[in-house]
Amino acid sequence: MAATAPAAPVRASRGGILATALLFVCAAYFLLPAWWLVVSSTKGPSALYSSEGFWFSQLHLVSNLTGLFRYDDGIYWRWLVNTLLYAGLGALCATLLASAAGYALAKYEFRGRQLIFSVILGGVLVPGTALALPLYLLLSKVSLTNTYWSVFLPSIVSPFGVYLARVYAAASIPDDLIEAGRIDGASEGRIFWTVAVRIMSPALVTMFLFQFVAIWNNFFLPLVMLSNTRLYPVTLGLYTWNNEYGQAPQLVSYVIIGSLISVIPLVIAFLSLQRFWRSGLAAGSITL
Amino acid sequence: MAVGHKQPRAARAARGTPEPAARSRRRRHGRAGWAPVAFIGPFGVLFAAFFLLPIGYAIYESLLKVHVSGLGLGPNSTATAFAGLSNYAQVFSDSAFWSGVGRVLLFGVVQIPVMLVFATVLALLLDSATVRFRRFFRLAFFLPYGIPGVIAAILWSFLYLPSLSPVVAALHGAGLGTVNFLGVHAVLWSIANIVTWEYTGYNMLIIYAGLQAIPADLYDAGRLDGASEWKLATRIKLPLVASSLVLTAIFSIIGTLQLFSEPQVLRAITGSISSSFTPNLFSYTQAFVANNPDYAAAIAVVLAIGTFILSFGFLKLVQRRWAGT
Repeated sequence: MAATAPAAPVRASRGGILATALLFVCAAYFLLPAWWLVVSSTKGPSALYSSEGFWFSQLHLVSNLTGLFRYDDGIYWRWLVNTLLYAGLGALCATLLASAAGYALAKYEFRGRQLIFSVILGGVLVPGTALALPLYLLLSKVSLTNTYWSVFLPSIVSPFGVYLARVYAAASIPDDLIEAGRIDGASEGRIFWTVAVRIMSPALVTMFLFQFVAIWNNFFLPLVMLSNTRLYPVTLGLYTWNNEYGQAPQLVSYVIIGSLISVIPLVIAFLSLQRFWRSGLAAGSITL
Repeated sequence: MAVGHKQPRAARAARGTPEPAARSRRRRHGRAGWAPVAFIGPFGVLFAAFFLLPIGYAIYESLLKVHVSGLGLGPNSTATAFAGLSNYAQVFSDSAFWSGVGRVLLFGVVQIPVMLVFATVLALLLDSATVRFRRFFRLAFFLPYGIPGVIAAILWSFLYLPSLSPVVAALHGAGLGTVNFLGVHAVLWSIANIVTWEYTGYNMLIIYAGLQAIPADLYDAGRLDGASEWKLATRIKLPLVASSLVLTAIFSIIGTLQLFSEPQVLRAITGSISSSFTPNLFSYTQAFVANNPDYAAAIAVVLAIGTFILSFGFLKLVQRRWAGT
């Protein structure tokens, strides 16, 4: 990104210092709650209520951790694994499905192509929460509620992914390359796997990230579908604990440290993959 | 969906948007045979099953009504019958529904502009030549987006809880008395704060991406003409990222009307949030607490159509505005 930055010389002007100071204040707003979470994760139950919130007191990190992972037969582990299944595997499947569909919509002429694309695009505007309720009623008719499938299957459909894939495929895969593959005798599927997927890979990463976040953030669907706590994603699990700490006070500490643990890998992945967000978002907004 | 076409051609070309010239070279239908069906098929089937079918079913369900006879205890005491639009009539005359709608609209009218202005200012500041520590700031602003909504809401609920919150303590220490973030009037804005905290960085990144795609020569030309940084920002940068702003605004409108997790989480610690606080919360309660799925389906349909009209209407409005200038 340094290459595209304005090439003016950096002067330590008064305006620059003022702007930097302002940005530091804003950074404090965004970082302080996260800092509170880190600090509070290390505190024992009594210090949580009595000590200064933004600073350390009485290190109880290890006992909090062991408590968290042992509570209710180590159900927290299960929630982490479930989350990885729903969001990780789900986003992977969603990306594959959407990229194939988007590629076909971009690179083949067939009747109804525009209609199909319009319907899928309409799907982007349908709020997920509006779908969850009728989906629950439908799935309960075939006894699929309260199963892994009830959360997993709806999660792997990403209309926005199809949209991104189509835009990207149309812009970046030359028709000549596909034609060359055909002349070499490659099947359409092989051309997709060896040529299209490779060229589309930056967009695929973006699609994966989008869907990963969408699934991981989708609280309504698992809340509606699941009643067996062993099938919960970590968000729903922590939400349940958060509602129960009136009866079990030690849960406050577990909710806090459980929240911290569950977001650490995600935050790291996010911050390190930031450039994919930017490129994907730029592509999406330009062609909207 | 052709906002992009309203931009100057030069800007489009500069950002790498392809001209639609390659279109004519595409092969005719028939050459590839069944390949497109095989590519679209898996997605199509799932899309039909998990998008189209539920939408259809929600509409169907919303036209039914359960009639209870007697005390509703025996096996044959309830009967489901076609009820036409009566559920919709009930939705439109339900004050609980409308108060929820009014609340999310008020929320959106205040929170979305505040957040987008905040995000735009941050993006412009980060993009200006004189600011330092850019990478750090970008990471800091984007960090909350890595935290899922429910967990962000739980985290902030601790920061609002008088017994736990260092914020409440600090305000008390500053002589402002005990600030109640969870009161009947304050709680909506406490939720707005959670949403702003979470999504400002994300929106900033969208706008920043648009800014970074503007070629530097454009600024150099402006500077040569003697334009100040402020002029550069308002005359060159803002118009060029307008399409990014539209995208973020539409996503925000959709998100706001669906508001659910934040109030649902805060309900654990405050009585100020009723079961019809937002339309979505109302629909959820009707379906799973009041055991009234037909009515809940009608609410969901009205909400989805309302969302569609608002976000689509906004897009059209912006397009017309741009076409006019």
